[in-house]
Amino acid sequence: MSWHEVWGEIFNFEDYGALLGLVRNSLIAGAVLGLVGGLAGTFVVMRDLAFAVHGIAELSFAGAAAALLIGASVAGGSIAGALAAAALIGVLGSRARDRGSVIGVLMPFGLGLGVLFLSLYKGRSANKFGLLTGQIVAIDTPRLSWLLVTSAIVLACLAVMWRPLSFASLDPDAAAARGVPVRALSPVFMLVLGLAVAVSVQIVGALLVLALLCTPAAAAVRVTASPVLVPVLSTVFATVSVVGGILLSLGSSIPISPYVTTISFALYGVCRAAGAVRSRRGWTARRGASRPGTVAA
Amino acid sequence: MISLRDAALAYGDRTLWRGLDLDVAAGEFLVVLGPNGSGKTSLLKVLLGLRRLTAGTVTVNGRPPRRGSDLIGYVPQTKSVAPHTPLRARDLVRLGIDGHRWGPRRPRPETRRRVETVLRDVGAAPFADVPLDLLSGGELQRVRVAQALAADPSILLCDEPLLSLDVEHQRIVADLAGRRCREHGTAVVFVTHEAEPVLPLADRVLDFGGVRGGAEVGAA
Repeated sequence: MSWHEVWGEIFNFEDYGALLGLVRNSLIAGAVLGLVGGLAGTFVVMRDLAFAVHGIAELSFAGAAAALLIGASVAGGSIAGALAAAALIGVLGSRARDRGSVIGVLMPFGLGLGVLFLSLYKGRSANKFGLLTGQIVAIDTPRLSWLLVTSAIVLACLAVMWRPLSFASLDPDAAAARGVPVRALSPVFMLVLGLAVAVSVQIVGALLVLALLCTPAAAAVRVTASPVLVPVLSTVFATVSVVGGILLSLGSSIPISPYVTTISFALYGVCRAAGAVRSRRGWTARRGASRPGTVAA
Repeated sequence: MISLRDAALAYGDRTLWRGLDLDVAAGEFLVVLGPNGSGKTSLLKVLLGLRRLTAGTVTVNGRPPRRGSDLIGYVPQTKSVAPHTPLRARDLVRLGIDGHRWGPRRPRPETRRRVETVLRDVGAAPFADVPLDLLSGGELQRVRVAQALAADPSILLCDEPLLSLDVEHQRIVADLAGRRCREHGTAVVFVTHEAEPVLPLADRVLDFGGVRGGAEVGAA
């Protein structure tokens, strides 16, 4: 295969207008997913939960594979798997030190179950592959409603607990003293994260959810520390990655995920470079005299 | 403001302290000394309503301690701030005012002004917009004191706020608590290993180091 042919496989914009009409649902789903991934991702980065996201995704994949096998709703299966994983990680790994090994135990188990269910499944192989690496054509209207409802629940929960969760993530002791239910908040957020993972698995696939739930927020915190700008930028990055990925992948026969992950990684690279420049130019610059001795303490 | 009567605290069968009678009045500065594991932090947790006494009674402003009370400002022991935490000094202070509230934040000019005032009071205005993980230890500690004072409490509890600070910053942080005590009549309970910087400010000293399982209250 020549380079030219490879290029033609990756980027193909013939009949683009007609194709665009077919993926209307996917574009809506992608935009909503950008919002969910960008906002939930802020806390994934703040609470250091990237590995947990990956673990939840593998069990979500097992749930979806089981649903595919028995002919049930794939969306329902992925949500059930994700919530089960989130609950297990929330209960067994409440302390950060244990969490890593609990996830390390759960993840291969989930992946193994998923492989088992997929091997037993005799249907279209595209369905199997899609669960792991993402698909856009599969978003029919009932599935879109599933996705919108789940996303709405995630966004509502995040809106309610945003401030106490930020406080508890930064300083659990101070937050508890101010009356934040720190111990309850942690597993509750884990369940919300489980739902966010489940909706992401539907589009980008189980192996690549981190491109939506970690990379955009990790990019945003490189260029700003404003608690308002970080979620806004993170959402913009996530949305650009998914919607951009869908638009670029339209004409080709390749799954959507390499496009999404590449855009999201490129944004991260740019932000990292910009952050490095900002730090060197003096991000830490203090205003006026700040010598301890001059402070009227 | 604070009153303990015949108070005892134990973890399982290990008694940290018992028979503790203690009163702290408004405008009084109490320094709490003692080795690791002698129950200094636990005393603060009791006053915050996060831990129950094994025996005896405790009241804060005449009532049993209640979680999340606006009466108390608390500076917990320092933990390092993770790199790239998306919060600046002013955001940390603001969490002390409304960080426990649910739902989206509504912009309130008086909250914003209060944050500015508290930052200025502790001398943190010059680095108000610096990300938390880029602050020096001394700067961070000043901002944490500002967070504890943001809701204008009548009682200030500080848990080892001088840890790993240089002598100059130890003096600055201790003076912040002392000035709050004098100028606002705030009762201060100051838990520390480093007695020297705070002893000039102290009205009384509570020493958990004396007799195991007992406590001595003395005048400074």
